[in-house]
Amino acid sequence: MQFGIFSVGDITPDPTTGSVLSEGERIAYMTRLALKAEEVGLDVFATGEHHNPPFVVSSPTTHLGFIAAQTEKLLLSTSTTLITTNDPVKIAEDYAFLQHLSGGRVDLMMGRGNTGPVYPWFGKDIRDGIKLAVENYHLLRKLWREPVVNWQGQFRTPLQGYTSTPAPLDGTPPFVWHGSIRSSEIAEQAAYYGDGFFHNHIFWNKEHTEQMVRLYRQRFEFYGHGAADQAYVGLGGQVFMASSEAEAKRVFRPYFDNAPVYGHGPSLEDFSQMTPLTVGTTEQVIERTLGFADYVGDYQRQLFLLDHAGLPESLVMEQLEMLGTEVVPVLRTEFERRRPAHVPSDPPTHASMVAAGPDAAFHLIEPARERVEAMQAEAQAQQQAAGATA
Amino acid sequence: MTRRIVVVTAGLTVPSSTRLLADQLAEATTAQVTARGEGLDVQFVELREIAGELAQFMVTGGVPTPRLTELREQVASADGLVAVTPVFNGSYSGLFKMFFDALDKDSLTGTPVLVAATAGSARHSLVLDHALRPLFAYLRAIVVPTGVFAATEDFGSLGLADRITRAAAELAALVLSQGGYGVGGFAPDLAARPRRTSGNDVAEVTPFGDLLRGHTGND
Repeated sequence: MQFGIFSVGDITPDPTTGSVLSEGERIAYMTRLALKAEEVGLDVFATGEHHNPPFVVSSPTTHLGFIAAQTEKLLLSTSTTLITTNDPVKIAEDYAFLQHLSGGRVDLMMGRGNTGPVYPWFGKDIRDGIKLAVENYHLLRKLWREPVVNWQGQFRTPLQGYTSTPAPLDGTPPFVWHGSIRSSEIAEQAAYYGDGFFHNHIFWNKEHTEQMVRLYRQRFEFYGHGAADQAYVGLGGQVFMASSEAEAKRVFRPYFDNAPVYGHGPSLEDFSQMTPLTVGTTEQVIERTLGFADYVGDYQRQLFLLDHAGLPESLVMEQLEMLGTEVVPVLRTEFERRRPAHVPSDPPTHASMVAAGPDAAFHLIEPARERVEAMQAEAQAQQQAAGATA
Repeated sequence: MTRRIVVVTAGLTVPSSTRLLADQLAEATTAQVTARGEGLDVQFVELREIAGELAQFMVTGGVPTPRLTELREQVASADGLVAVTPVFNGSYSGLFKMFFDALDKDSLTGTPVLVAATAGSARHSLVLDHALRPLFAYLRAIVVPTGVFAATEDFGSLGLADRITRAAAELAALVLSQGGYGVGGFAPDLAARPRRTSGNDVAEVTPFGDLLRGHTGND
């Protein structure tokens, strides 16, 4: 199972001191966070992508490339890559390039982005969000899998005789997750292609996360990629730890109360009950996190949000240290203890996909197409048979 | 078959004249429904009791509390709705609007609604027509022709009781006609059977083939 951290890259004033980082300081701090993640034994660092203040994370592959150069094992990912407003041609190039730089330590999580004005800044319309995600991702799959692409879609200029360079490392595109909080279409998309499904989890009640993951799992099986419990599921989590629950709450409360997303709203206690937020001891975090598998099933990736709401670097580094040395080692053991043998522990990695060879279903643009066509033919035949007897 | 209506009341004091009017509307509607030989369950929603939860729902970007989840479900599955608000600064109260903002936009499609309001002065009486009716028109609810407006002085007049009876009779007739959509196949299904969703559940899945149609780059 993979454990890591994900960042949205916000610049939020520290509510306890009023101090605000410069953009340069925030970027350097995120870099140190990623390096420390590897040092304390985590597997994944994922960066957000935003194109508006108060965020600094507009250029993920630049940043991840810089981090790749200073790390050995860390898997570099995104949370999320905007599949709606980015040109899929540029995504194909940038992330294949990053694969080559990092030795295949790359995967991506696709997201739509929910900030209306960002769409027109990139020549798009938020009302087309789902259609953009569908068309652009389909094109991205082709760009990574066909040597020469001819394409005419609805949203970008046509491509004639286009070859994306560099080609993916070892002819093996990066694994892709699709992230969505509420849209069943995106869970369906992830299931159709046999990709991973990531639920942000931290801003929503668990009943909802459970429904979204169940839908993805059922459809993953429907499209013939394996059993529902073998689908690739990732979850977000949000924690703050100290030696006692009271101390954790005392330190975290001002950050919670003023946080950009949920601040000035529910109490820390209410929000902890409604969502997976856990503020307490490392033991409490372990127990709560293990409980996630009770409602989403045994899953493959757990990412934690640590650096947000103006929390200073010193505090966040302490959190990361505790996470890496005290929490994750126990989680690794306990999650494997409950996992049935037929359920994969890790999502596909570059090494596992290369090992699977060039004939693996993963290399098809639409691995489920044959199955869907067969089902349609069968339904049609049944209809005709019924018509003949009537 | 026993029908069920939800009475939403946005009065702020206890007791409140808004609740008083809501009680009278509920009673009159029950009388009208039972007079037609059917049963009616009436469920009151005092918005005052969930004001904090509605505020939380707003600032968390829509995370429902367990009680809100339940209420959203109950409203979406009701056979009718009575909505009563005090008039504040020329319109429905903010609390009243927050409740309807916390509903899924498809949760009242085709639902019969009786609108009512209370105010200190009769000069606000058009609030039903310039504020409440447009709100429920957006939500595609069916608002009964008679709205009930009660200024303080109306609680001492006979005209109010008549208007309550007339509005309740109109609502009862619509509540009892719910579910009778005629013979299938003679009209497009969408028009025949209004779709209501509470917004609590993940939307029904659209097969990916339908989503991908026209977007594969070669058609």
